[in-house]
Amino acid sequence: MPTPMRKAKPVIRWGSPSMSETSTVIAHQFDDAEQQREASTLGMWVFLATEVMFFGGIFLGYILYRSEYSIAFAAASNRLDIWLGLINTAVLICSSFTMVLAVYNAAVARRRALQTNLLLTILLGCVFLSIKLYEYHMKFEENLVPGAAFAFPAPHAPAAEIFFSFYFAMTGMHAVHMIIGIGLLGGLLFRAGRGRYSPEYFTPVELVGLYWHFVDVVWIFLFPLLYLVGRHL
Amino acid sequence: MWQNLPLLPEQASTMAPRVDALFLFVLGVAVFFAGLIFVSIVYLAVKYRRRADAAAPKLIAGSLALELLWTVIPLGLTMVMFVWGALLFVEIQNPPADALEIIAVGKQWMWKMQHPDGHQEINELHVPIGRPIKLTMTSEDVIHSFFVPAFRIKMDVLPGRYTTAWFEATRAGRYRLFCAEFCGTQHSGMIGSVTVLELSEYESWLSGRAAGTSTAKMGESLFQRLGCASCHRPGGAVPAPSLVGLFGSKVALEGGRTVVADEGYIRESIIDPRAKIVAGYQPVMPTYRGLISEDGILQIIAYLKSAEQGTGEAARP
Amino acid sequence: MSAAQTTPRIHYLNVSYGVRSWLVTTDHKRIAWLYLLSITFFFVIGGLFAVFMRLELLTPEGDLVQADTYNKLFTLHGVTMVFFFLIPSIPAVLGNFLVPIMIGARDLAFPRLNLASWYIYTLGGAFTLAAAAAGGVDTGWTFYTPYSSIYSNTHVALTVVGIFITGFSSILTGLNFIVTIHKMRAPGMTWFRLPLFIWAHYATSIIFVLGTPVLAITLVLVALERLFHLGIFDPALGGDPILFQHLFWFYSHPAVYIMILPAMGVVSELIACFSRKRIFGYDFVAFASLAIAVIGFLVWGHHMFVSGQSVYASMVFSILSFLVAIPSAVKVFNWTATLYKGSISYDAPMLYAMGFIGLFTIGGLTGLFLATLGIDVHVHDTYFVIAHFHYIMVGGAVMGYLGGIHFWWPKMTGRTYPEGWARLAALIIFIGFNLTFFPQFLLGYLGMPRRYHVYPPEFQVLNVMSTAGASILGVGYLIPLIYLIWSLRYGAVAGANPWLAKGLEWQTSSPPPTDNFDVAPLVTEEAYAYADAEGETGHPLGKPVDV
Repeated sequence: MPTPMRKAKPVIRWGSPSMSETSTVIAHQFDDAEQQREASTLGMWVFLATEVMFFGGIFLGYILYRSEYSIAFAAASNRLDIWLGLINTAVLICSSFTMVLAVYNAAVARRRALQTNLLLTILLGCVFLSIKLYEYHMKFEENLVPGAAFAFPAPHAPAAEIFFSFYFAMTGMHAVHMIIGIGLLGGLLFRAGRGRYSPEYFTPVELVGLYWHFVDVVWIFLFPLLYLVGRHL
Repeated sequence: MWQNLPLLPEQASTMAPRVDALFLFVLGVAVFFAGLIFVSIVYLAVKYRRRADAAAPKLIAGSLALELLWTVIPLGLTMVMFVWGALLFVEIQNPPADALEIIAVGKQWMWKMQHPDGHQEINELHVPIGRPIKLTMTSEDVIHSFFVPAFRIKMDVLPGRYTTAWFEATRAGRYRLFCAEFCGTQHSGMIGSVTVLELSEYESWLSGRAAGTSTAKMGESLFQRLGCASCHRPGGAVPAPSLVGLFGSKVALEGGRTVVADEGYIRESIIDPRAKIVAGYQPVMPTYRGLISEDGILQIIAYLKSAEQGTGEAARP
Repeated sequence: MSAAQTTPRIHYLNVSYGVRSWLVTTDHKRIAWLYLLSITFFFVIGGLFAVFMRLELLTPEGDLVQADTYNKLFTLHGVTMVFFFLIPSIPAVLGNFLVPIMIGARDLAFPRLNLASWYIYTLGGAFTLAAAAAGGVDTGWTFYTPYSSIYSNTHVALTVVGIFITGFSSILTGLNFIVTIHKMRAPGMTWFRLPLFIWAHYATSIIFVLGTPVLAITLVLVALERLFHLGIFDPALGGDPILFQHLFWFYSHPAVYIMILPAMGVVSELIACFSRKRIFGYDFVAFASLAIAVIGFLVWGHHMFVSGQSVYASMVFSILSFLVAIPSAVKVFNWTATLYKGSISYDAPMLYAMGFIGLFTIGGLTGLFLATLGIDVHVHDTYFVIAHFHYIMVGGAVMGYLGGIHFWWPKMTGRTYPEGWARLAALIIFIGFNLTFFPQFLLGYLGMPRRYHVYPPEFQVLNVMSTAGASILGVGYLIPLIYLIWSLRYGAVAGANPWLAKGLEWQTSSPPPTDNFDVAPLVTEEAYAYADAEGETGHPLGKPVDV
């Protein structure tokens, strides 16, 4: 006889602003909720380790070229809009804050607050991406996109093109991760609306939170490395 | 030691017997351990083959003494290999000071060699026996690799950079030169030969060719033609660092660093002059990227070296 | 012999029927079969490329195919075999099937992620096949810049995108294994009671998750450079082609340990079972797997000794490369010592295991030549290197894979294969393999470079020997393909434990039920607890006797 599946019956109550009595759905491969939660959490941390290695590779390349062509990189970096970069940094840090609030509210069973904070995080993420898109547009207009149309004052042009190659690759990879993150947050928002999360089970919120914080931390490294080369107050 | 063992290539350079000796040592260790394992497995598998009447095997968990033994002994042997190999490698990488300097430029799919007297060879290199030869090499396109099995030398040839290799031939003959880094369609066609001549034959080969301009002289005329001389001379149009005695000297840069003026530094100064600014000078030198070939850069380097050595062959810059 | 030689009425293969039930399965055992089919397909494709290469190399002239075609053949052979056969093979087939069962779990930690891994692998494979069909790629599987980023006129971007996609399959499999092994062991299954197969897959998974992402970003940069003419690796624009080599080998060296560690895990299981003895020095073998994984990340520069890398860096990489050889040697000695006072049978899996030890030993010892700086200058980029890595990957990993397939075939299918044919095939493979690749050591030291479409005539005799060996090897590989498929229908019914082996996988039926066990296992004994009379299972161990 196959081992009987342990499945708790979900109970959904609509209209209740705070409490939902959802019990955890335990996937059939797990013995209990605790094992499921531990496995999922370890899984997310291992995944974040892979992301560190992924971004680490390109960070290493950037740092090597930065030390090789320090003057050119400073000149290129100064063409980035530091104010937009600063605003974006603030936006992302706020979005991490709203994410923390979302996790907290899931833990204390405040469904409306959870939904609000998830929505805020999504919106802040969209603001970030919009500003980024605007920056990309500006760079296109200024002929700073690497390729045939690239133009930069004479002596530093090749190294500056390398700088902008890294700029677009690194911020582009980062943006892809943010888009995925926003998608995940949208999924959380939808399920939160269904009353899926409770103090007993809000692991997905926590784990997406971990991912979102990681994406934020990557930006915290990107910003000074790309925008603040050789800047003076 | 042993000349031309079967299954080994000819030994035609000073390094070849030394590489082969190290190879034979490692081979001896490898054969010993491979034999040990093979014999042990066959012996144990036969001796302890399953028999209906035999007792069931006892649990033998392990032996710390054995583990230490077969960790420490291989460690010791490998460290001998490492030290021997590293010392040999240092010698393989460092040419003697009095080497004859040859320029080798690899490009898809041929080798261009240039002797100091300016003579060029394509896919061929004639050298005298018993004289160290130093190759300064670069590529015009992709990565190639200069490989002469009989000399036991190999060095990748890179675009945008110089690499060096050296050998001293010990036997006259014609030895194969291969490209050993995949470089495109005719990679396996990028084959040439190094011909080692006895000294007298080498002399007659040298004199048998039409007298040409030496590499350094070619460099001098480029130096004039490209306008380098207009700044890099006393009282030049714009203050520029003197190039007399430059090669091999230490150069103080803006920002406090010092670098040694080797081939790579000179090449960079021509292609990307703003990369390193000499202390006390302005970054006004224009770039010659696209205006001078790799051959040309190497000729200018030869010119600057000759002036440093005071051979008198070329006018001082 | 065990009494229950029956097939259970309902098991994981017949619990549901139809293509759809297979394509949306989350059962790790079915996913293992999906992978088995895919990697066999790519093995055949990669093998066909090799056939044409070896045929061309029968003669010194380029008379079979054109130079460009030959260059595409060796590139696609490498890409297919490395990324689409060797790297997934044992982990994705045997690992997926066995990891949960060996630790007493119902499935992996993330079954849907497991299925996604297979789809991602297939998608990546499709991209690469498309690139091959569209005309192929000729850069070598190593994609050195600037040839690959600027000069090659072939489908580089399409191919690297395919490999990039497939890389995520590796990463997710590794992630799944790590979490499963940490969190889902049955009660009583402590770390040091785990089968060495599990230790090997754990170490492999560390490399999967930490190494593959670096390959991913490297391939992204190559693709971007090719598509947008960036200049990161173009010296004419200030870029550095050597940076590519560092980034590429940072993954691709640990990748070879991905290919060999699982095979070592298989060999531990086979030696233990067919000597009916616990592996000698279990702890040392377990830690050696971890040591190989860790040190393996520190040696990548030994592919670059003559690349223009500094002498000091080369020395560091050389000494570390010797260090990484030591744990492998320790394993070989421990496996050999296991045979001492064992009770050894010569079933096909054991023949593969013993063949593995012999051939891996040769392959590993020839690695010492390559780690030795003074020798590597001469043999780098020659057939010596090709022989070295084929001894490890084919003589080692593929033999380990075949041994494992034979050993666990009854468990996976409920059928046995014909033992006589299996032993014959193992022998043919062993002979064919050595005839193919041993001459290549000689060719390499004599100076024949690799990736050569034409070669000087003095190298012909050894090339002919090598091609002859390859034809024998090919026959050897065909035989199991035929009888294994035959056995699915006509093989004798296996029963739960035809080998009378220890290990949780043999405590359940053949084939197992979907949830692996009818009764959740409770582990009370060490791994390989063979030290009692044949046929009895589950006895607690007496006090171990130290030699």
